[in-house]
Amino acid sequence: MKIIVTVKQVPDTNDVRIDPATGTLIREGVPSIVNPEDRHAVELALQLREAAGIGTVTVISMGPPQAEVALREVLAMGADDAVLLSDRAFAGADTLATASALAHAIRKIGAYDLIICGRQAIDGDTAQVGPQLAEFLQIPQVTYVLNARFGYGGLLIDRQSDSGTQRLTVPMPALLTCLKETNIPRIPTLHGCIGAYREKKFTVWSAADIGAPAEQIGLKGSPTQVRRTFTPTPKGAGTILTGDPAVTVPKTLEILREKGII
Amino acid sequence: MAIIIDKNLCVGCGACLKACPYDAIDMIERKAIMNANCIHCGSCVDSCKFKAIASVASDAPKADLSSWKGILVFVETRDGAPAKVALELLGRGRGLADERKVPLYAALLGHQVGPMTDTLIAHGADVVLTVDDPQLAEYRTAPFCRALTGVIRDVKPEIVLIGATIIGRDLAPRTANRLRTGLTADCTELAVEAASGLLLQTRPAFGGNVMATIVCPNHRPQMSTVRPGVMKPIKADTARKGEVRTVKIGLKDVDLKVIVRETIKTAARHVDLSEAQIIVAGGRGVGGAQQFNTLRDLADALGAEIGASRAAVESGWIGHDHQVGQTGKSVSPKLYIACGISGAIQHLAGIAGADFVVAVNRDELAPIMKAADVAIVGDLHQVVPMLAAEIRRQRKEAVA
Repeated sequence: MKIIVTVKQVPDTNDVRIDPATGTLIREGVPSIVNPEDRHAVELALQLREAAGIGTVTVISMGPPQAEVALREVLAMGADDAVLLSDRAFAGADTLATASALAHAIRKIGAYDLIICGRQAIDGDTAQVGPQLAEFLQIPQVTYVLNARFGYGGLLIDRQSDSGTQRLTVPMPALLTCLKETNIPRIPTLHGCIGAYREKKFTVWSAADIGAPAEQIGLKGSPTQVRRTFTPTPKGAGTILTGDPAVTVPKTLEILREKGII
Repeated sequence: MAIIIDKNLCVGCGACLKACPYDAIDMIERKAIMNANCIHCGSCVDSCKFKAIASVASDAPKADLSSWKGILVFVETRDGAPAKVALELLGRGRGLADERKVPLYAALLGHQVGPMTDTLIAHGADVVLTVDDPQLAEYRTAPFCRALTGVIRDVKPEIVLIGATIIGRDLAPRTANRLRTGLTADCTELAVEAASGLLLQTRPAFGGNVMATIVCPNHRPQMSTVRPGVMKPIKADTARKGEVRTVKIGLKDVDLKVIVRETIKTAARHVDLSEAQIIVAGGRGVGGAQQFNTLRDLADALGAEIGASRAAVESGWIGHDHQVGQTGKSVSPKLYIACGISGAIQHLAGIAGADFVVAVNRDELAPIMKAADVAIVGDLHQVVPMLAAEIRRQRKEAVA
């Protein structure tokens, strides 16, 4: 059982605050973390490896050199080896170019049974890289996975759908994207943490190492471009009512009635 | 696009470091230097008072894009009827099609879909493209991707809109990759840039802390998933005329590998914020689970649903079903009453579709007060019960 898990190091966007004076993000002191749903993906991979009784879990990430920390953290959970794609040529990638780089790297890794991703990363919230990776590799995808176990010669999966839960079967190799509801990620043991730094195989690959053509990765391989980012400006000033609620409450209702809202 | 910093103009003031959401600029020997985190978002360009930072167009060759014309909406269906989001997208698509002077296509994939075509035409579609196959009776990624890709290749629309539902967020990325084009997720605003004719796709980014406008200049179609509840359908007009065309798609064995064994529908939940006409929502200022009863009383008087900010949900005062905002639900009621909600950008993005916002907050400077049509400065524990009482009193008077 060979399982590959994609992992992203992200800024903890829950910790981001806006500077009220300038309207810009205050990044200072915002920690980098393993994308939360990716830890659930690693846990699912470890559980399936344990259920199979034999196999390996490889974790892979694309990012700057400091993304090594994120990979070491999931190695400490129990993954077997890690690959970091790090090269300036990968920079500026949108989801398609990211999936393209990951696909080149996974083809270099070789045969696998399963790829597991978190549903989405908290800094982009797109949920696009998983399905786009599955398309590059021409394997079936199952997104929004709630749980997965072996069965029917492949995997038996419950996934969230718009109206409830779907139970389906998929042959392997396949790609899954999983939700937080899937499991509770294990806490690395001390032994695991030491092993993550001392014993586990850690490989860094450049764009040349994975044979990715320049026009398929990074900025050049990205069909979408960010035109501008901004903090939303509030719409035109409304009516501000201050003072005694005995005055402000009837005034509010009067406005609502005038507008025909109530 | 690439970001270029002119070292001769850079004075090392550091303004760009603060403006960069991605921590992608380092100050080395009093000069700003881009590092590998840069995603070319352009935030730094405007921040530089010395015009040292420029965003330059990439040297990618321009493909011939002129043969791609029209707007196509993917029609998601629920129990034999178009999903609400599909009608919303037809509404927005109609506006874009009129602006671009091109046809609006509705792609209707499923089994025995014929009865739905009239509704789609009444809601703005010029041409309904149907793919009818028993294998499409229930949603599965691969056959739907094959069918949608086929329809898109057939009509070559310049823009494709898909609802950002679970189905849409599963189908759109796979389809965009098969077409090797760009896709922007969870858009809350769509506009056409006058000069270039490009689709300006605006979405919350960075956990909803900023908004980003995305373009897809050199690939077609320009694809977006759009959050449900943000766009407005047009009024159905049964007199509208349109064309229905069948597209033949050959599904392959490889598309049928995933087998649906069972679909378990969760019982219709009481809370359906995305459809609610009036929402009374509470935030951190409510103060506790017990205190939400004050809001429930007002909701009861108005026939409203109860919403909540992330702060209130995470404090355990109320269930996650009630959460409004970036990670919760987008809502589009005619009236939204925000009680003790400060108005984080995530929350404001979630209520962008509301027609009228009343905010009750002690802090006059809270962001929600600037986003509100009526901002009541005061203690919600006084104001909310009075609102409920006053509404009931006036109702009684009206009856008497």
